Amino acid sequence: MTINARHTRALGHGAIYLFAAAGAVVMLFPLVWTLSTSLKTIDKLVVTRIELMPDPIAWSNYITLFDRMDVAKQFTNTMTIVSAALIGSLLICSLVAYAFACIEFPGRNTMFILLLSTMMLPGVVTLIPYFLMWDRLGLVNTFYPLIIPRFLASNPFYIFLMVQFFRGLPKDLFDAARIDGCGDLGIWRRIVLPTSLPVLATVGIFTFQWAWNDFMSPLIYLSGDRHKWTLALGLNALVGFEGETTVHYQMAFSILMIIPVVIVFALGQKYIIQGVTFSGIKG
Amino acid sequence: MTAQSTSSVGTMGSLAAQARLSLRSFRRRRWIGWGFILPWFIGFLIFDLGALLLNFYLSMTTFTVGARTPDWVGFANYERVLSGDRLARLSFTNTVYFVGLSVPLGMLVAFTLALLLNSDIRGRGAFRTVFYLPSLVPVAAASIIWLFIFRTRNGLLNLTLGLVGINPIPWLSRPEWAKPALVLMSLWFFGQQMVIYLAGLQGIPSELYEASDIDGANSIHKLFKITIPLMTPMLFFNLVMGIIGSFQVFTAAFLMTQGGPVNATLFYMLHLYNNAFRYFRMGYSSAMAVVLFFVILVLTLLVNKTSGRWVYYGGT
Repeated sequence: MTINARHTRALGHGAIYLFAAAGAVVMLFPLVWTLSTSLKTIDKLVVTRIELMPDPIAWSNYITLFDRMDVAKQFTNTMTIVSAALIGSLLICSLVAYAFACIEFPGRNTMFILLLSTMMLPGVVTLIPYFLMWDRLGLVNTFYPLIIPRFLASNPFYIFLMVQFFRGLPKDLFDAARIDGCGDLGIWRRIVLPTSLPVLATVGIFTFQWAWNDFMSPLIYLSGDRHKWTLALGLNALVGFEGETTVHYQMAFSILMIIPVVIVFALGQKYIIQGVTFSGIKG
Repeated sequence: MTAQSTSSVGTMGSLAAQARLSLRSFRRRRWIGWGFILPWFIGFLIFDLGALLLNFYLSMTTFTVGARTPDWVGFANYERVLSGDRLARLSFTNTVYFVGLSVPLGMLVAFTLALLLNSDIRGRGAFRTVFYLPSLVPVAAASIIWLFIFRTRNGLLNLTLGLVGINPIPWLSRPEWAKPALVLMSLWFFGQQMVIYLAGLQGIPSELYEASDIDGANSIHKLFKITIPLMTPMLFFNLVMGIIGSFQVFTAAFLMTQGGPVNATLFYMLHLYNNAFRYFRMGYSSAMAVVLFFVILVLTLLVNKTSGRWVYYGGT
């Protein structure tokens, strides 16, 4: 490499670095601003220039939020839905995926194509029929409409991810277990589940995020009973009621909603990369 | 080795018994597979197939919540969606505007930054985390945050623009600015796509670049002759998924603008939601859903059809 070429290269890297750094600031700034506003006192909310450091720092905003709003209740409700979704998704999807990946049965390929085609089905065409079904069953304003579908493997993408992963597991393990008299349930429980941590964690994290972030389903099914509200609905109400004067609480509420997702993601990040890569999604 | 041959002799000895056993276990396994997929299959019958058919049926009726027997009206609802309802048409145009801007722009930003981060700069992992972070923010929280940022007076965005002498822009209070504002906000989530592209870029074999170095190719050549062609499957996947997702954009408009100002952000899903869950016109909104379904289907098929010309599925 000539000196000139090396110069250009260093220059190029410098430019990339600057560009990426600028991008990073732009991306982070809204979050920093949110955090900063969430810690401001009410008289400091109207600003004429950007002040990042709140003075004084009002940690009490977060406490007030818990005192005045039903945040604790909403957190419990959200966690109830999330945990049920997690159990349903992990248990049922892995059973279904095991059958598609490791058991020969008549109609398997047809069923798998059917499963993949439902991935392309936009949620909008099932929205109203779902609602009418649950309404007929008298289950609107209960958690069931948000939970039961999870126990019927309602997310084809999770099954697809798992099938891809299970197909890559060494077949010798299955044969050995079968010779030892293991049935399919035994193989699923003793071999498939313990060796599939990456994909299980991936699906778990996706399920968590999806259930935690969901706004439309709680809006449709739980709006009518404020004791059943999730955090997203609570935030919606906070904005609707007193708009202008509660911005610091709105921002604190947003931060509270962001933290759990970030923690879960940080803990499971390495599994996601393994889970998705091994599933062959990337090619 | 010895153990293996002994066992194979044993197998030979009881071949008939073995065959009988495996036949029986095979027959048993035939239905066991169905037992395993049963939860999904029931879900499929009720929640996918059943719901889809029910939706088609409802779309031909005047069903409202509480009504016992829906009245059959044939294609009247569809006629109204396609020509009678001015707001339906407006909401469709609004949505096309949003999809047409946010999907390509999102792809462009995500792909460009993935390319940048793919070069071996220091702190690449940190950059990736920072760009991905906003994608983790729940859309309800993001809407509230951006509602605050977009404020005309003393909003973060206008304060920042003020630093370079730009006058305050009425982001969410003027019809001509509201849609661009929501597109801008949607770009905040590009990290999700970017990490997919990054994974793809790292899978491109370096021999290809080395070979082209020998042939004297510059980086522009490499980008257009190697990188982009090899990335087309992923670009294609994100294009299709982006279209399907953005056509159903709802939460941001619901929380931030309620469709306003002057219906500028009345997106199709919002109009559908209003009809279904505010006015309880279930029949009419089912027809709206079917129309959107076909629009998405046709677009997806179109992208799929033309993909043969620009998607490269060789061994990556």
